[in-house]
Amino acid sequence: MNKFTLPLAAFTVLVAVLAVGLTLNPRAVPSPLIGKPAPDFNVARLDDPSLDFSPGDMAGKVWLLNVWASWCVACREEHPVLVAYAKNESAVPIIGLNYKDKRDDGLLWLARYGNPYQLSAFDADGRVGIDYGVYGVPETYLIDKAGRIRFKQTGPITAAALEKNILPLIKELNR
Amino acid sequence: MKWLLAALTAFCFIQPALPSPVAPLAEDPVIEHRLNHIAEELRCLVCQNESLAGSRAELAMDLKREVRDLIKAGKTDAQVKEFLVTRYGDFVLYRPPLKPTTYLLWAGPFALQLVGIALLVRYLRRRNRKDGRKALNEAEEERVDAL
Repeated sequence: MNKFTLPLAAFTVLVAVLAVGLTLNPRAVPSPLIGKPAPDFNVARLDDPSLDFSPGDMAGKVWLLNVWASWCVACREEHPVLVAYAKNESAVPIIGLNYKDKRDDGLLWLARYGNPYQLSAFDADGRVGIDYGVYGVPETYLIDKAGRIRFKQTGPITAAALEKNILPLIKELNR
Repeated sequence: MKWLLAALTAFCFIQPALPSPVAPLAEDPVIEHRLNHIAEELRCLVCQNESLAGSRAELAMDLKREVRDLIKAGKTDAQVKEFLVTRYGDFVLYRPPLKPTTYLLWAGPFALQLVGIALLVRYLRRRNRKDGRKALNEAEEERVDAL
C-alpha cells in the first residue's frame, strides 16, 4: 500500500460528504406534522366574519391549505399557479389561510389577483399558523380524506413543484 | 486578588445594564426571566442563526408571546419546548436530543478523537521501532570506542 493511499481515500470521502452537503438546503425545516392529523382550529372567514371555518368541515375530502398574506411577496409569485390550478375540473378544493393580515388588505389582494380559494380563513394573530409550524409564507399543506397532513410545501408552489410533487400525491390520495 | 475582586464586582454592576433581548416593560420580571432563559435555547425559524431570545423577527415575537402564555399557564420548561418541537421539529432546539438519528452527531467528535489517538500511537510506536533498528551494531560500537 502506497503511503498516499490512506490520506487520498480520506480526502475523497471528505469531498464526497461536502459535495452531498452542498446539494442540501440548510433552510429547509422538515415538518414533524407529516402523517399527523391536521391541527384543529376554528376561525372566522375572511370574506364574512360571521361565518367560521374549521378543518373538520373538509372531512372526507382531499384538500389543500394554502397560507398566504397580502404583505407576502412570494405569494404573488405563487398565486397565478394556484389560480390556474383551481380552474381545472379535477382540482381539489383550496382553502386559504390569510395569515397575520388586515381583512381589507386581504380582500383587496384577492380582488386584484384572483381568488382560487373555496374560502379563506382569517388568522389575524398568527396562532393557527404557529399550530401548523408556519415559518415562512407561503406554505401549503396537502390534507387527506382522514384529515392527515400528507405533504407540506414551504415557499411558493411553482408549476414544476405542483406537477412533480403535489398532483401525483393528490391522484393517489383520491383513489 | 483585590483588583480581581474589584473587577468582578464591577462586572456584576455592568450585567443589568445590558439591553434585555425581550423588553420586559410592564410584564412580570420572573416570567420574562424564564422566557429569556428558554428562548436562548431555541432557534428562530426566520433568521436561523439567531436564538429566539435575540430575534426581532415577527414570528419570533409571536412565538415568545406563545411561550409567555404557556409559562403563565404553569407549564414547565420541558413542556414549553415540547410545544415548539411538535410544531417545528427538533430543528428549533439548539441542543438536539439524543436519539438514533443524532447518535453520529453526539458521538462523532469523540469517535474522531479516538481515531486520531490510535493513529498517533501507531505512528509513535513505528517511529520507535525504526530508531531501534538504526541502533549501532557491534562493529560500529568498536569503531566508536576506537575514536
